[in-house]
Amino acid sequence: MKCGQEPNLAVNVGGIRMKNPVTTASGTFGFGREYSSYLDLNRLGAVTVKGITLEPRAGNPVPRIVETPAGVLNSIGLQNPGVDRFLEEALPFLAAYNLPVIVNIAGDSVKDYAGLAARLDRAAGVAGLEVNVSCPNVKKGGMLFGCDPAATAEVTRAVKSSTDKPVIVKLSPNVTSITAVAEAAARAGADALSMINTLLGMAIDVRSRRPVLGNVMGGLSGPAVKPVAVRAVWQVYREVPLPIIGMGGITTAEDAVEFILAGAAAVAVGTASFINPPVAVEVLEGIEKYLCENGIGDVNELVGAAHRY
Amino acid sequence: MSMITGAIVKRQERVAGYSRLTLQAEAVALNSRPGQFLHVRCGDTLDPLLRRPISIHAVDREKGEITLLYRVAGKGTALLSEKKEGERISLLGPLGRGFSMPAGTGGICVVAGGIGIAPLYFLLRELSRRKIYAAAFLGAPTGRQLICADEIKELGHTVFPATDDGSAGFHGTVAELFDLYSRIPADGCGGGGRHAGQPEPPGKPPFEMVYACGPKGMLKEVCEILSQANINGEIAFEERMGCGLGACLSCVCKTVDAEKGFRYRRTCVDGPVFPAGEVIWD
Repeated sequence: MKCGQEPNLAVNVGGIRMKNPVTTASGTFGFGREYSSYLDLNRLGAVTVKGITLEPRAGNPVPRIVETPAGVLNSIGLQNPGVDRFLEEALPFLAAYNLPVIVNIAGDSVKDYAGLAARLDRAAGVAGLEVNVSCPNVKKGGMLFGCDPAATAEVTRAVKSSTDKPVIVKLSPNVTSITAVAEAAARAGADALSMINTLLGMAIDVRSRRPVLGNVMGGLSGPAVKPVAVRAVWQVYREVPLPIIGMGGITTAEDAVEFILAGAAAVAVGTASFINPPVAVEVLEGIEKYLCENGIGDVNELVGAAHRY
Repeated sequence: MSMITGAIVKRQERVAGYSRLTLQAEAVALNSRPGQFLHVRCGDTLDPLLRRPISIHAVDREKGEITLLYRVAGKGTALLSEKKEGERISLLGPLGRGFSMPAGTGGICVVAGGIGIAPLYFLLRELSRRKIYAAAFLGAPTGRQLICADEIKELGHTVFPATDDGSAGFHGTVAELFDLYSRIPADGCGGGGRHAGQPEPPGKPPFEMVYACGPKGMLKEVCEILSQANINGEIAFEERMGCGLGACLSCVCKTVDAEKGFRYRRTCVDGPVFPAGEVIWD
């Protein structure tokens, strides 16, 4: 079926204006450059880059990845060149493109997050910050910030007070109530939410009788986690009035539409890029086709539509 | 590098748990170097999910064909081994940094453990094309699993087999055999050698350049031998891989770094071939 009129795909995610609702999930798309010969980066609504810390990080020992049924467990350990080298070496490449760059930030302390936000606040070419709160709070015995509504709020406030750029808080699914954490982030001033980060998991090699991953436990991603992610988006959409970037196992446009129907204003393609590097653009084209075929003139009309059944 | 589909042009040959697959893929055939790999989609469903990195074993530039040799070891390679002639397979590549060609005229050798012969055979073909002949040390658990030996002899190289059970060649590991051989003085006996019609360099010690691929334990031993004897070498490294494009940082190899002591480098784009002296074995 051919579209009479091209549907509107533009979305605004907490102040980040995207020409379409498709971005990349942090950690699966490097700094964009790695994929630039497989797809036209300009087609994306935004690119969300690999998590950045204040100082460079070496990362975890190998094995860092193991495949599980329809999924992948990873424990990379935030290997990254640090914020200074990111700004000098990686960001200029993306500045040549016409697309918002969302920078994912991670830290060991509230101070780290605030420092990163302040450093990136001055960087032209950064459209917004995505705060990875699934990191251990070193001062509080290693409990993850994102597992505690109060700690999530504290990080969110520190980041918000250090930057004028839009702040997206990336929620962990490894909590009793994701809604409680989402509400805490919203009250602390978050402009948007992204969900979900990976699910904590592990795999054991039955031959060696040892954990497969060098770091024992890791984060599960890929199609296996999609129903958990859709559920999380559904729950938070009902309770928290913030735009949501939905992610977790999206491999097709249908998966993306499912997230939008659950309440996501935008979607991120993650692990699927490993298997099919141009998949983010294929997902975008599929969303457009879905809108056309169903006579929907604006993707925003579809957001949360499943709640109105 | 690109994403293409290649059609299987002939029935897969299966020997002793290995499978040899020939695909029509002109772009890959023309642009590949020994040591590079393809990231191969083995199934069509979500399980297994990831691609599998498989070494390029040989190319036929005129026919536009490439051959992959792989060990049938898990879910992905089992599915791949069942693919029939005419079926099309999604490939990313050629990926990674391959072997460097020898610069001087000294002795050359390759040390292959098991399926480690897969990329080294491509290298031996290229060396032979340049009239460079090598000593090829091939290791396997048993004589039956000692693959590619005849093809390598046909290329003009000298094969030194080693088997764990002693059923063919040297009774022991390929690293042990290489170690013994590399200690032979320059004017001593040994294979490789200079044959009529075969210009130098012969595959005789002292070796100027050693190429190795195989299990990590074997590579570690080879690197130690090279370091003690002060011989240059390159090893093709294997690690569990995600994207294959340098983005996910899964497949890293611990390497020396003057400033920080060590640094994780990506097997998929900084490797899979690393200078032997750069890898840190924990």
